[in-house]
Amino acid sequence: MSLDSAALAAHRPYLLRYATLQLRDAGQAEDVVQETLLAALQASFAGQSTLRTWLTGILKHKIVDLIRKQSREAPLAGNGSDDEQLDDFDALFDQRGHWTSEDQPQSWQQPGAALESRQFWRVYEECAKLMPKRVALVFSMREVMDMDIDEICKALTITATNCSVILYRARMSLRLCLDRNWFGREGAAQ
Amino acid sequence: MMLSCKAATRLASAAQDRKLTVSEQIQLRLHLAICNGCRNFTRQIGLIRSAGRRLADHLDDEN
Repeated sequence: MSLDSAALAAHRPYLLRYATLQLRDAGQAEDVVQETLLAALQASFAGQSTLRTWLTGILKHKIVDLIRKQSREAPLAGNGSDDEQLDDFDALFDQRGHWTSEDQPQSWQQPGAALESRQFWRVYEECAKLMPKRVALVFSMREVMDMDIDEICKALTITATNCSVILYRARMSLRLCLDRNWFGREGAAQ
Repeated sequence: MMLSCKAATRLASAAQDRKLTVSEQIQLRLHLAICNGCRNFTRQIGLIRSAGRRLADHLDDEN
Protein backbone atom coordinates (compact mmCIF):
# COMPACT_ATOMS: atom_id res chain seq x y z
CA MET A 1 0.00 0.00 0.00
CA SER A 2 1.47 3.33 -0.95
CA LEU A 3 0.98 6.24 1.35
CA ASP A 4 0.22 9.79 0.57
CA SER A 5 2.00 12.53 2.38
CA ALA A 6 -1.21 13.89 3.89
CA ALA A 7 -1.89 10.62 5.71
CA LEU A 8 1.64 10.67 7.04
CA ALA A 9 1.58 14.31 8.01
CA ALA A 10 -1.37 13.64 10.28
CA HIS A 11 0.94 11.62 12.53
CA ARG A 12 3.67 14.21 12.57
CA PRO A 13 2.71 15.95 15.84
CA TYR A 14 2.55 12.64 17.62
CA LEU A 15 5.93 11.51 16.28
CA LEU A 16 7.42 14.83 17.23
CA ARG A 17 6.26 14.51 20.82
CA TYR A 18 7.58 10.99 20.96
CA ALA A 19 10.98 12.02 19.59
CA THR A 20 11.19 15.10 21.79
CA LEU A 21 10.50 13.04 24.86
CA GLN A 22 13.37 10.71 24.00
CA LEU A 23 15.87 13.22 22.70
CA ARG A 24 14.99 16.37 24.67
CA ASP A 25 16.12 18.47 21.76
CA ALA A 26 13.58 20.09 19.49
CA GLY A 27 15.93 20.41 16.52
CA GLN A 28 17.06 16.81 16.65
CA ALA A 29 13.48 15.66 17.12
CA GLU A 30 12.45 17.56 13.98
CA ASP A 31 15.27 15.92 12.07
CA VAL A 32 14.49 12.35 13.04
CA VAL A 33 10.78 12.85 12.38
CA GLN A 34 11.57 14.31 8.98
CA GLU A 35 13.76 11.33 8.16
CA THR A 36 11.08 8.98 9.41
CA LEU A 37 8.42 10.47 7.16
CA LEU A 38 10.76 10.39 4.18
CA ALA A 39 11.63 6.77 4.85
CA ALA A 40 7.93 5.97 5.20
CA LEU A 41 7.14 7.53 1.83
CA GLN A 42 9.74 5.35 0.19
CA ALA A 43 8.77 2.18 2.00
CA SER A 44 5.61 0.20 1.68
CA PHE A 45 3.26 -0.15 4.58
CA ALA A 46 2.08 -3.73 4.86
CA GLY A 47 -0.92 -2.81 6.97
CA GLN A 48 -0.25 -5.48 9.59
CA SER A 49 -0.13 -2.90 12.34
CA THR A 50 -1.64 0.53 12.59
CA LEU A 51 0.07 3.22 10.59
CA ARG A 52 1.10 4.94 13.81
CA THR A 53 2.72 1.83 15.24
CA TRP A 54 4.57 1.29 12.01
CA LEU A 55 5.78 4.89 11.91
CA THR A 56 6.81 4.72 15.56
CA GLY A 57 8.87 1.63 14.72
CA ILE A 58 10.75 3.54 12.03
CA LEU A 59 11.17 6.50 14.34
CA LYS A 60 12.72 4.34 17.06
CA HIS A 61 15.36 3.14 14.63
CA LYS A 62 16.12 6.69 13.59
CA ILE A 63 16.40 7.77 17.21
CA VAL A 64 18.73 4.92 18.09
CA ASP A 65 20.85 5.62 14.99
CA LEU A 66 21.19 9.22 16.04
CA ILE A 67 22.09 8.31 19.61
CA ARG A 68 24.66 5.84 18.34
CA LYS A 69 26.19 8.40 16.01
CA GLN A 70 26.37 10.99 18.76
CA SER A 71 28.04 8.67 21.24
CA ARG A 72 30.62 7.76 18.63
CA GLU A 73 31.41 11.40 18.03
CA ALA A 74 31.30 12.46 21.65
CA PRO A 75 31.55 9.43 23.91
CA LEU A 76 29.31 9.68 26.94
CA ALA A 77 30.79 11.72 29.70
CA GLY A 78 30.00 8.55 31.53
CA ASN A 79 32.58 7.72 34.10
CA GLY A 80 32.15 9.51 37.34
CA SER A 81 29.68 11.98 35.88
CA ASP A 82 26.50 13.17 37.52
CA ASP A 83 24.59 10.30 36.02
CA GLU A 84 26.23 7.91 38.37
CA GLN A 85 25.86 9.67 41.63
CA LEU A 86 23.51 7.88 43.92
CA ASP A 87 23.87 10.06 46.94
CA ASP A 88 20.94 12.24 45.95
CA PHE A 89 18.70 9.46 47.22
CA ASP A 90 20.58 8.98 50.45
CA ALA A 91 18.13 11.15 52.32
CA LEU A 92 15.45 8.50 51.83
CA PHE A 93 17.39 6.03 53.93
CA ASP A 94 18.72 6.11 57.47
CA GLN A 95 22.30 5.31 58.41
CA ARG A 96 21.71 1.59 58.35
CA GLY A 97 20.28 1.87 54.85
CA HIS A 98 16.65 1.39 55.88
CA TRP A 99 13.84 3.64 54.67
CA THR A 100 13.25 6.58 56.93
CA SER A 101 9.76 6.38 58.37
CA GLU A 102 8.41 9.17 56.19
CA ASP A 103 9.99 7.89 52.99
CA GLN A 104 9.05 4.25 53.31
CA PRO A 105 7.04 3.55 50.14
CA GLN A 106 3.33 3.29 50.84
CA SER A 107 1.11 1.26 48.60
CA TRP A 108 -0.23 3.05 45.52
CA GLN A 109 -3.98 3.03 45.21
CA GLN A 110 -5.62 2.11 41.91
CA PRO A 111 -2.57 2.05 39.68
CA GLY A 112 -4.67 0.56 36.89
CA ALA A 113 -7.02 3.51 36.91
CA ALA A 114 -4.05 5.89 36.81
CA LEU A 115 -2.87 4.41 33.52
CA GLU A 116 -6.28 5.20 32.06
CA SER A 117 -6.27 8.79 33.15
CA ARG A 118 -5.12 11.54 30.81
CA GLN A 119 -4.01 13.62 33.73
CA PHE A 120 -1.81 10.85 35.02
CA TRP A 121 0.06 10.79 31.73
CA ARG A 122 0.64 14.50 31.95
CA VAL A 123 2.13 14.07 35.40
CA TYR A 124 4.20 11.19 34.11
CA GLU A 125 5.63 13.32 31.30
CA GLU A 126 6.42 16.15 33.68
CA CYS A 127 8.12 13.75 36.08
CA ALA A 128 10.14 12.22 33.25
CA LYS A 129 11.33 15.68 32.29
CA LEU A 130 12.85 16.17 35.74
CA MET A 131 15.44 13.52 35.07
CA PRO A 132 18.82 14.69 33.82
CA LYS A 133 18.99 14.32 30.06
CA ARG A 134 21.33 11.32 29.99
CA VAL A 135 19.38 9.53 32.66
CA ALA A 136 16.15 10.15 30.79
CA LEU A 137 17.68 8.84 27.60
CA VAL A 138 18.80 5.54 29.10
CA PHE A 139 15.45 5.20 30.87
CA SER A 140 13.58 5.76 27.62
CA MET A 141 15.66 3.29 25.72
CA ARG A 142 15.00 0.67 28.36
CA GLU A 143 11.44 1.29 29.51
CA VAL A 144 9.80 3.05 26.60
CA MET A 145 11.63 1.64 23.60
CA ASP A 146 12.10 -1.74 25.26
CA MET A 147 15.74 -2.20 24.29
CA ASP A 148 17.83 -4.63 26.27
CA ILE A 149 20.82 -3.61 28.34
CA ASP A 150 23.38 -4.90 25.85
CA GLU A 151 21.89 -2.87 23.02
CA ILE A 152 21.79 0.23 25.17
CA CYS A 153 25.37 -0.18 26.34
CA LYS A 154 26.53 -0.68 22.80
CA ALA A 155 24.64 2.31 21.42
CA LEU A 156 25.88 4.62 24.17
CA THR A 157 29.26 2.96 24.70
CA ILE A 158 28.78 2.67 28.43
CA THR A 159 29.32 -0.31 30.72
CA ALA A 160 26.53 -2.51 32.01
CA THR A 161 27.23 -1.31 35.54
CA ASN A 162 26.95 2.26 34.39
CA CYS A 163 23.71 1.50 32.72
CA SER A 164 22.24 -0.19 35.75
CA VAL A 165 23.19 2.70 38.04
CA ILE A 166 21.58 5.16 35.64
CA LEU A 167 18.40 3.09 35.45
CA TYR A 168 18.27 2.88 39.23
CA ARG A 169 18.45 6.65 39.46
CA ALA A 170 15.78 7.03 36.83
CA ARG A 171 13.39 4.68 38.60
CA MET A 172 14.05 6.24 41.99
CA SER A 173 13.38 9.70 40.68
CA LEU A 174 10.30 8.82 38.67
CA ARG A 175 8.86 6.80 41.54
CA LEU A 176 9.38 9.63 43.96
CA CYS A 177 7.87 12.19 41.62
CA LEU A 178 4.80 10.06 40.86
CA ASP A 179 4.41 9.33 44.54
CA ARG A 180 4.46 13.01 45.41
CA ASN A 181 2.40 14.27 42.52
CA TRP A 182 -0.10 11.55 41.86
CA PHE A 183 -0.29 8.69 44.30
CA GLY A 184 0.87 10.69 47.26
CA ARG A 185 -1.27 10.77 50.36
CA GLU A 186 -1.84 14.50 50.48
CA GLY A 187 -2.14 15.43 46.78
CA ALA A 188 -3.96 12.28 45.64
CA ALA A 189 -5.62 11.29 42.44
CA GLN A 190 -7.75 13.19 39.95
CA MET B 1 23.44 -10.96 56.77
CA MET B 2 20.20 -9.19 55.94
CA LEU B 3 20.14 -6.71 53.07
CA SER B 4 19.49 -3.07 53.79
CA CYS B 5 16.55 -1.43 52.02
CA LYS B 6 18.99 0.58 50.00
CA ALA B 7 20.69 -2.56 48.73
CA ALA B 8 17.34 -4.27 48.21
CA THR B 9 16.10 -1.43 46.00
CA ARG B 10 19.27 -1.72 43.92
CA LEU B 11 18.63 -5.42 43.42
CA ALA B 12 14.94 -4.93 42.69
CA SER B 13 15.88 -2.43 40.01
CA ALA B 14 18.61 -4.68 38.58
CA ALA B 15 16.13 -7.56 38.41
CA GLN B 16 14.21 -5.59 35.78
CA ASP B 17 17.26 -5.53 33.54
CA ARG B 18 19.17 -8.76 34.09
CA LYS B 19 18.81 -12.14 35.67
CA LEU B 20 19.90 -11.96 39.28
CA THR B 21 22.35 -14.53 40.57
CA VAL B 22 20.85 -17.21 42.79
CA SER B 23 22.36 -15.62 45.86
CA GLU B 24 20.99 -12.19 44.92
CA GLN B 25 17.56 -13.71 44.34
CA ILE B 26 17.56 -15.34 47.73
CA GLN B 27 18.74 -12.24 49.53
CA LEU B 28 16.14 -10.10 47.79
CA ARG B 29 13.36 -12.56 48.49
CA LEU B 30 14.27 -12.81 52.16
CA HIS B 31 14.29 -9.06 52.42
CA LEU B 32 10.98 -8.57 50.63
CA ALA B 33 9.37 -11.15 52.88
CA ILE B 34 9.84 -8.88 55.86
CA CYS B 35 9.86 -5.41 54.32
CA ASN B 36 6.65 -3.76 53.32
CA GLY B 37 8.32 -0.62 51.97
CA CYS B 38 10.54 -2.58 49.60
CA ARG B 39 7.60 -4.72 48.48
CA ASN B 40 5.76 -1.54 47.58
CA PHE B 41 8.87 -0.18 45.90
CA THR B 42 9.24 -3.31 43.76
CA ARG B 43 5.60 -3.17 42.69
CA GLN B 44 5.92 0.50 41.88
CA ILE B 45 8.94 0.19 39.64
CA GLY B 46 7.02 -2.60 37.90
CA LEU B 47 4.18 -0.17 37.31
CA ILE B 48 6.65 2.41 36.04
CA ARG B 49 7.78 -0.14 33.51
CA SER B 50 4.25 -0.87 32.28
CA ALA B 51 3.62 2.84 32.09
CA GLY B 52 6.79 3.33 30.02
CA ARG B 53 5.79 0.61 27.62
CA ARG B 54 2.40 2.21 27.15
CA LEU B 55 3.61 5.78 27.02
CA ALA B 56 3.53 5.96 23.25
CA ASP B 57 -0.22 5.28 23.28
CA HIS B 58 -0.84 8.16 25.61
CA LEU B 59 1.05 11.03 24.12
CA ASP B 60 -1.45 13.72 23.36
CA ASP B 61 -1.74 14.84 19.80
CA GLU B 62 -2.26 18.43 20.78
CA ASN B 63 0.59 20.81 20.20
